[in-house]
Amino acid sequence: MSQAEANRGQVDREALARRFRAFIDPAYVISDDETLKPYECDGLSVYCEMPMLVVLPETVEQAQQVLRICHAEGIPVVARGAGTGLCAGAMPHPEGVVLSMAKFNRILEIDPLARAARVQPGVRNLAISEAAAVHGLYYGPDPSSQIACTIGGNVAENSGGVHCLKYGLTVHNLLSVELLTVEGERLSIGSEGLDSCGADLLALLTGSEGLLGVVTEVRIKLLPKPEVAQVVMAGFDSVQTAGDAVGAIIAEGIIPGGLEMMDSHAIVAAEAFAKAGYPVDAQALLLCEVDGTEEEVQEHIEAVENLFRRLGATSVRTSHSEEERARLWQGRKSAFPAVGRISPDYYCMDGTIPRSQLAHVLTEMDKMSEACGLRVANVFHAGDGNLHPLILFDANVPGELEKTEAFGARILELCVDVGGCITGEHGVGVEKIRQMPKQFNEQELSQFHRIKAAFDPAGTLNPGKGVPTLRQCQEYRSLDMNIEPNAGAQAQHEGRCRHD
Amino acid sequence: MTDISLQLQEQVKAAAADKRALHIVGGGSKAFMSREVEGEQQTLSLAEHKGVISYHPVELVLTARAGTPLSELDAVLAEHNQMLSFEPPRFTDASTLGGTLACNLSGPGRPWWGSVRDQVLGVRLINGLGEHLRFGGQVMKNVAGYDVSRLQAGAMGTLGVITEVSLKVLPRPSDTRTLVFESSLDEALSMMNQRAAEPKPLSAACWQDGRLYLRLSGAHAAVSATAGYWGGEVLNEADRFWQQLRDQQLAFFTEEGARPLWRFSINPTAHLPALDGRWLVDWAGAQRWYRGEADMAEMARIASAAGGQVSLFRGGDRSGEVMHAQPEALRQLQRNIKQAFDPEGLFNPGRLYSWM
Ligand SMILES: Cc1cc2nc3c(=O)[nH]c(=O)nc-3n(C[C@H](O)[C@H](O)[C@H](O)COP(=O)(O)OP(=O)(O)OC[C@H]3O[C@@H](n4cnc5c(N)ncnc54)[C@H](O)[C@@H]3O)c2cc1C
Ligand SMILES: Cc1cc2nc3c(=O)[nH]c(=O)nc-3n(C[C@H](O)[C@H](O)[C@H](O)COP(=O)(O)OP(=O)(O)OC[C@H]3O[C@@H](n4cnc5c(N)ncnc54)[C@H](O)[C@@H]3O)c2cc1C
Repeated sequence: MSQAEANRGQVDREALARRFRAFIDPAYVISDDETLKPYECDGLSVYCEMPMLVVLPETVEQAQQVLRICHAEGIPVVARGAGTGLCAGAMPHPEGVVLSMAKFNRILEIDPLARAARVQPGVRNLAISEAAAVHGLYYGPDPSSQIACTIGGNVAENSGGVHCLKYGLTVHNLLSVELLTVEGERLSIGSEGLDSCGADLLALLTGSEGLLGVVTEVRIKLLPKPEVAQVVMAGFDSVQTAGDAVGAIIAEGIIPGGLEMMDSHAIVAAEAFAKAGYPVDAQALLLCEVDGTEEEVQEHIEAVENLFRRLGATSVRTSHSEEERARLWQGRKSAFPAVGRISPDYYCMDGTIPRSQLAHVLTEMDKMSEACGLRVANVFHAGDGNLHPLILFDANVPGELEKTEAFGARILELCVDVGGCITGEHGVGVEKIRQMPKQFNEQELSQFHRIKAAFDPAGTLNPGKGVPTLRQCQEYRSLDMNIEPNAGAQAQHEGRCRHD
Repeated sequence: MTDISLQLQEQVKAAAADKRALHIVGGGSKAFMSREVEGEQQTLSLAEHKGVISYHPVELVLTARAGTPLSELDAVLAEHNQMLSFEPPRFTDASTLGGTLACNLSGPGRPWWGSVRDQVLGVRLINGLGEHLRFGGQVMKNVAGYDVSRLQAGAMGTLGVITEVSLKVLPRPSDTRTLVFESSLDEALSMMNQRAAEPKPLSAACWQDGRLYLRLSGAHAAVSATAGYWGGEVLNEADRFWQQLRDQQLAFFTEEGARPLWRFSINPTAHLPALDGRWLVDWAGAQRWYRGEADMAEMARIASAAGGQVSLFRGGDRSGEVMHAQPEALRQLQRNIKQAFDPEGLFNPGRLYSWM
């Protein structure tokens, strides 16, 4: 039994809070249920759990001290940014401490000549680009949640965005991180250069979901803001033709800044919500943004328009002003809330597939949707194959959430079957832990556990997330074999929220 | 076009059973990069394990066995007007894909087009338990599990035998042009960094011998217009220049054969102290090469002050450390990670660091 397990449930909340209040502003050590409540979940609110304590340190030394105490006592620690995560990665541990990085919200340095910024982990993604704008620079990865999510959370999830086909994910835009280990030791990983000696620990940490350490500082690259960007919108009468058009653009040698697809359900919902001028009778819609120098954009926009027409687009429209470009994107950007209006609840999935499999996957998904009686709308980062099926359901109908989850699980398994993966950018967290054995065998999962142990042998950093234990895998496998299709949700999670 | 992974796996298992060290060799073209080690190490050769497994030009994804020579990949990609965007060096014709990833080597375009580490999507790997494992995949985005694929970059084979690599590839730019300017080192450093901050199709920036070289790549109209704004002299046979820089065939690298070659990976704007030897600047300042006798500790101090790290790339004293010194806490962490992959310490002991 690990120290953590031995101590579970034996720590006195108030005694621990007193210890923290000796070195952290007492107002930032939260121990009453009412104030703890907002921390019970992240953006995936179907999973929640009340933490023992929440602390909001203001200095690295304080965070270090929190970790040291928790390490000595075997208390679980869950780091938290803005709580916008969509996999319950920041869901608290009932006997643990939530280490909120919200007070680490300063941009420490912008070096326009070196095109880099040094920021604290609680800085919001968009705030970095806003601060860099005076220098004609910006930070590349742009998750749709960028107004709210933090750079620390982005590092932990390796977040992407609409523009990552051309400008890369978080992992491609990071130079270094300062990290606290579970023991509270300070490490600096990466450098001001583009690489460092030895195995690439920076890449290992990126996307590690707060399981390997707590990020206390980040150095990122800044990119020159493109001179111009224009977007071409095209409607198609089949998903297959739209999918082929995506391939054709790439084959032409053009890497668009963004390349998004929506299916008919998503088009209708988005148009009703945003009035962007989308063709509501189309089966699929493509938004292709080209950016670069004026000359380059002109050359490529023409090529893209011609290509869409040649491949049978039913409508083609190009933005000719910043305002028009913003309006065309508005529909796509508000697709989630738009879908939220046509259904009491929706559940956002996040699989990646090889693009060539798109039509097949959507057809299969339609069949499943019909079989289980739940509608699904699709928005798709078409350029890089990242699919976001939004399953529409009503949480107030008993059993419908479970049905939704079973449907979602089957979509992810389908993604793996066609050569893709269970999560492109939202992470595994608690949510997709059941699907991990679909993508990885037991030897691979054991290798993950040994990596975790290299950083955190007692397993107190964000326990229960990311990688299933081998015992869980066996349970899932035997469960999955015994249950009939579409009824896969008997296995109630401990962290299930009750929405009464 | 052969798959010898079962054989490789057996060799690893046998070595594990007898606790024998293995030296992983791809094509051996980068053998000079590692430390010299004492004692016997049996060679585990990947040279026969080669061939492209799948290539989908429209998906921009290629998967090949680790022993595949880069020249073979070049040929396959050229048919579809695509390329390995990280411009890996071909130190010899034998340079392999696995060795390129293990050494994390990328060429002049790296700051703009990404490194080999950036473009890796997935690997298969034999760990020290003789298990043949698969990580990552063949899709652009994948955040399930830890990023074991990119962790291999720079590990120089110390964490396992890479048997297969999936990569993102890119279209070749339709046009390219190189501009040359007379310039001192200091002027060149500020010029390179200023140009890199402009939204123009810069794809390489190098300085040597009083001359600054800027390469533009992209749509024809963009390249011509930018060349018009920036001026300079157009370099003839520019492709040859960049290829020789990439493969270390410029006189800077080949003359005075015995002098050690140091590689600095640092803040691109850093000004380094004057030393006796010669400098060549690549990656718009982020990668600097130095030829000259020097002391590792002294070079490490200089690199640290410039926000980065140094390695003794070629020549010099290879019985001491050849990589930038690491603080004890990081050393311990790296030993733990090594232990997680290779508990018996089979793979390339002592080749990256004396202590691992
Ligand atoms: C409407 C909406 C749209 C979204 N769109 C996108 C999108 O386009 N692309 C995309 O990739 N994601 C998207 N997301 C998901 C989410 O915004 C990202 O995962 C984001 O990076 C989470 O950041 P956060 O600060 O909210 O982190 P949290 O949710 O607070 O935490 C996420 C994980 O990171 C860990 N963590 C947080 N801070 C640290 C730290 N300092 N050190 C170590 N670990 C830490 C936590 O333990 C947790 O495991 C979206 C979410 C919403 C709600
Ligand atoms: C003794 C000897 C002398 C040679 N002399 C010459 C010569 O003079 N000229 C010539 O043209 N060729 C020569 N060769 C052939 C040349 O070595 C091979 O073509 C070479 O193996 C190319 O490999 P590489 O350059 O990709 O990487 P390597 O140089 O083989 O390896 C670089 C590093 O990466 C590691 N590594 C390589 N592949 C993997 C992998 N798949 N998984 C994990 N780690 C890996 C290695 O352990 C090493 O640390 C020689 C070979 C040998 C054995």
